[in-house]
Amino acid sequence: MAFIPHTPDDIVRMLEVIGVRSMEELFDEIPAELRAKSLSLPPPMCEMEVARLLTERAALDGRPLNFIGAGAYEHHIPAPVWAIATRGEFYSAYTPYQAEASQGTLQLIYEYQSMVCALTGMEVSNASLYDGASALAEACLMAIRSNRASNSRRILMPRAVNPTYAQVARAIAGNQNLTFESVDFDRTAGRTLLAALQAYSGQDFTALVLQQPNFFGCLEEVDALTDWAHDNKMLVIAVVNPTSLAILSAPGQWGAAERGAAAAGQRGADIVCGEGQPLGVPLASGGPYFGFMATRMQYVRQMPGRIVGRTVDVEGRPGFSLTLQAREQHIRRSKATSNICTNQGLMVTAATIYMSLLGAQGLEAVARSSMQRTADLVAALCAVSGVKKAFSAAHFHEAVLLLDRPAAPVLAALARRGLLGGLDLSERYPELGNAMLVCATETKLEADIDAYAAALAEVMSASRAAA
Amino acid sequence: MTELHSREPLIFELSKAGRHAGTQFPPRLAGSAEVPPQLRRKTPPLMPAVSELQAVRHFTRLSQMNFSIDTHFYPLGSCTMKYNPKACNTYAMLPEFLGRHPLGPEPQGFLACMYELQEMLQEITGMQAVSLTPMAGAQGEFAGVAMIRAYHRARNDTGRTEVIVPQAAHGTNPATAMMCGLTVKEIPCDANGDVDIDALKAEVSPATAAIMLTNPSTLGVFEHRIVEVARVVHEAGGLLYYDGANLNAILGKVRPGDMGFDVIHMNLHKTFSTPHGGGGPGSGAVGVSARLRPFLPIPIVGKDAGRYRWLTEKDLPQSIGRLSGFMGNAGVNLRAYIYMRLLGREGMVRVAEFATLNANYLMKRLQALGFEAAYPQRRASHEFIITLKQENKAYHVTAMDVAKRLLDYGFHAPTTYFPLLVPECLLIEPTETEAKEDLDRFCDAMSAIRREMEHDPEKLCSAPHTMPVRRLDDVRAAKQLDLAWKTAEITP
Repeated sequence: MAFIPHTPDDIVRMLEVIGVRSMEELFDEIPAELRAKSLSLPPPMCEMEVARLLTERAALDGRPLNFIGAGAYEHHIPAPVWAIATRGEFYSAYTPYQAEASQGTLQLIYEYQSMVCALTGMEVSNASLYDGASALAEACLMAIRSNRASNSRRILMPRAVNPTYAQVARAIAGNQNLTFESVDFDRTAGRTLLAALQAYSGQDFTALVLQQPNFFGCLEEVDALTDWAHDNKMLVIAVVNPTSLAILSAPGQWGAAERGAAAAGQRGADIVCGEGQPLGVPLASGGPYFGFMATRMQYVRQMPGRIVGRTVDVEGRPGFSLTLQAREQHIRRSKATSNICTNQGLMVTAATIYMSLLGAQGLEAVARSSMQRTADLVAALCAVSGVKKAFSAAHFHEAVLLLDRPAAPVLAALARRGLLGGLDLSERYPELGNAMLVCATETKLEADIDAYAAALAEVMSASRAAA
Repeated sequence: MTELHSREPLIFELSKAGRHAGTQFPPRLAGSAEVPPQLRRKTPPLMPAVSELQAVRHFTRLSQMNFSIDTHFYPLGSCTMKYNPKACNTYAMLPEFLGRHPLGPEPQGFLACMYELQEMLQEITGMQAVSLTPMAGAQGEFAGVAMIRAYHRARNDTGRTEVIVPQAAHGTNPATAMMCGLTVKEIPCDANGDVDIDALKAEVSPATAAIMLTNPSTLGVFEHRIVEVARVVHEAGGLLYYDGANLNAILGKVRPGDMGFDVIHMNLHKTFSTPHGGGGPGSGAVGVSARLRPFLPIPIVGKDAGRYRWLTEKDLPQSIGRLSGFMGNAGVNLRAYIYMRLLGREGMVRVAEFATLNANYLMKRLQALGFEAAYPQRRASHEFIITLKQENKAYHVTAMDVAKRLLDYGFHAPTTYFPLLVPECLLIEPTETEAKEDLDRFCDAMSAIRREMEHDPEKLCSAPHTMPVRRLDDVRAAKQLDLAWKTAEITP
């Protein structure tokens, strides 16, 4: 029997101890009229059969050459990352409620929290949330609890923020009557202008969301936008790509330097969140990934999710445990900061190993290499007739390209050649026209970029000839 | 019993400037794409600087400081810590699955698995449609209650703002109601552990949006009068929410849809054996009756003319929306799919049978050793509660002491102090994948601990003695917050 260790003799002896005659009798408290008829499910398979089925299904999907980013990025994952993360001691353990029997997971999370703080320039991090999009929703709810200077439940959400994140924030936080005000981006630069925000100066908003790099891959002028938000008593929620933080200013440092010295000292983002997937987590059709979140110490009691602290045991030896649990659902019930129970522990395990292997230097190398590959990609694709760059702002490892014809059929033709050329933006941003978002990370070599440019040239000219 | 492991330094303490795992760095490029000076990072982040072997050894050692299903019996009540078959991981990690970008053309092989998973979950729960997108049980709960709210609103029934929750409920139930902008009404349970029907009748009103129930309940017993509960709530115009935490107990025996539930969330990481991963990722698929189908969270997998595709807001304009950046914890769902194919129809029914057999056997044996079951008059479901209130009175030992001492005997502790309404309780869930011998060894340990209560209470109350650390100072952890290396001195 699949995964059932009982022998016929075991069953007889166990039923005897219980004092029933049959397995059926164990279910005698369920009203007879409710008992299920036989289920219409497929018959069992042995492991060999399942292996065959899954291998065939996987083969159907193939391994296309990928140039899509848009929130999920293909980076090389060092071999030790998943070799260790899938060790049973990590893979098949549960939330570390029994701290003494879970010191491995707890210390690892403490190390993870330290790394997130280092990357973001913040004081405290939680043990992770579900993914980047839901982390932004939680950040918005947290901002409402944290910003005592604001009486509104309104949040400024630039349109240059990943539109799916904005959708998820609405779906989750909207139930608690939060509203979101869209702020347009500059059509030439591809970023959010201070002038667009100044239309809201003096109004009561709880927070401004700033994504760096933004959804278009463009770099926002985060210092000026952060200072404007603080001048208007708003908190700043930063949504950042963790790889980029190896080379871009840490959210904890956003804002003009001289503000940090002032007594009020509101320099830097107040809540930082984002998608942790680039740190050693495979693309895997969209999950599981993990969301990270960090903040100032002053807001730690408003932060959702598990937090691990270092303490000592009765003999004075250092050890780790879950802490500040009074924020959480199992203690506070309907007054908890969130209903979240778990974090994305296994993904955090992978990310912590990834960050340890790469260190600051390695992350910087990945970031620089990805940025250069994207620059090369943009140059190569813009050399194709009918393709040009959409925005003038500096970009990280993604860019928006404009085509002289609809992107969808072009991308479909590329897909038939085994190449995922980018994300069609026509539904998300119809005002941009025939736009697509492309990405190249360190995993794309010169030959890959050349192959994409050649394929695009052929597809475009075939399309032109057909018209 | 010997000490497991001495302290492992922090990875930062192993670090040395100038050392790195060079093989993992991408080749240096000649180009010079530059970040504008004002946006550049001024000082590098304080990250580890270790060799590959140092990292491998460090994290391997950390892993060895954990209890896990692969190494220990883990009877953590309400968590369903059953064996996570290796095949589920191996075949979910085929390179084609791992390499697939979520925004590319719809992958037919992967979506076929997801479509079939939706269908199988529908059949098992007796619901009419399933969405796999919620990323954990708590998010599935959120989706469920948000759908209930959307349903009432779509009918202009806007006065329904209250959710009824039994006192024994998991803390997520009231927390979820709050997250959905609703208020919570708690009702008591009777002496048998069932919902107090009179209290329920007194509480339902035109303000009732729903009742949230687990069945079998967190008290480890099957709610006898579920049909009556359903009738009372439905007649008042409310809906029934099924918290699938304990679905393992009833797989193939009784279906939530047949009990009258309108919406259910399933914890695929419990019943369908996807890994707990040290606290996630989980997956909290939701199933609904026909009237809630239009409100399901997107995306879900549809099938048109033999081709699978994601259904979005265009197909379900009344959807409560998206809850994740892409499509939920896809890889976890794939593991659940593989598990269900391995078990198939026959295997699925056996889950409930053997989980229930193991729980009832363990309960009877512990009772014979002198432990008090909280609901001795009831059949255990897949789990049961032992209360140590007598032992607490006689020997001043607590459920926590017993839990910690079990670690010394090589068993993960049961859930302690949950549900809150049973004093000094241990919630024990052995699951179907444990052999009789393992249950017997657990009983031997409990028997030894019972002797220690009388003869060596000091040893018991100061346990554990063989773990990497002794009992930790949780008060200090919360007062002198040390949440990250190098920031230990900051106080809130």
